[in-house]
Amino acid sequence: MPSINTQTDFEVQLSPDKHTTKKAPWWHQLQYLAAGMFFGILLVKSEVLSWYRIQEMFRLQSFHMYGVIGSAVLTGIISVAIIKKAGIKTFYGEPITFQPKTFNKGQIFGGLLFGFGWAITGACPGPLFAQLGAGFSVVIVTLFSAILGTWTYGRLRERLPH
Amino acid sequence: MNILTSPWPWYVAGPLIGLTVPLLLLLGNRHFGISANLRHICAACIPGKVPFFSYDWKKESWNLFFAAGILVGGAIAATLLAAASPSGIHPQLENELASYGLSYSGSLVPEDLFNWPALLTLRGLLVMAGGGFLVGFGARYAGGCTSGHAIMGLSNLQWPSLVATCCFMAGGFIMANLILPFILHL
Repeated sequence: MPSINTQTDFEVQLSPDKHTTKKAPWWHQLQYLAAGMFFGILLVKSEVLSWYRIQEMFRLQSFHMYGVIGSAVLTGIISVAIIKKAGIKTFYGEPITFQPKTFNKGQIFGGLLFGFGWAITGACPGPLFAQLGAGFSVVIVTLFSAILGTWTYGRLRERLPH
Repeated sequence: MNILTSPWPWYVAGPLIGLTVPLLLLLGNRHFGISANLRHICAACIPGKVPFFSYDWKKESWNLFFAAGILVGGAIAATLLAAASPSGIHPQLENELASYGLSYSGSLVPEDLFNWPALLTLRGLLVMAGGGFLVGFGARYAGGCTSGHAIMGLSNLQWPSLVATCCFMAGGFIMANLILPFILHL
């Protein structure tokens, strides 16, 4: 039985933070705001945040989303391989590190549930923020529901199979 | 300006989306993953003594800035770079949606389905609130979403992320083809 201390979510590093930005002034974070803007514009212009494109993907009616995700992953794989191979550091001279993810059943059960939600709302978390920005105010209900879903998972986590 | 305003083809948009991975790594050794923000928001606003939300969310605040940026980027793209004409959808999809009483208006989401009054209908509530709940619950249960697993995890060749990505797709196929038609018929 996995205990509560077993890490299943590798997106939050519970180990001591090694980042320099911890000591950096808050406005240092604005670089991430800019990166988010870049990504948000891409989500709109690629139509990844279109409910219809997601429906077409799951009905095999369009290649578009497969092309977007496939070429994004390929670009990511090449970039990470170059960073690892060449030992590239951050713009501030800090080492770039990677943590392995370990398998747990949550990736199957949670993955299926996430897929259900993705096909219904036509949006994963990134597009939810972008849709809200693009002026679909009612999406805030979807976003709050997603926060509630996250909280409910956190609350039930110890009782769920992992 | 036409290049900027018309929707970008996958072979332009996809690689640019992929470049978000090295961009965040180079900016501060940050790992691309958007759904983690939902956990940070819980940790910041409603931790409620739940161990899963008892951590220093401020250390992860970069990600909240990133999410705020997505919102601003969405606003910029939808106003300044808006397409002059809708890009259209597959005729089969248009026919299917018509059978649920949903029309394609050229918008990014069906406006007949996603609007405030629709929240008072069972269909609207299931789609917006129910769907959102599954996105949040499932993403955290899986330990990431399309960005954290399908893009970041696969970029780092993590096989558990491949398992998660396959399950995202399987769940989507099941929902879109077998269950969603019943919900949209409500």
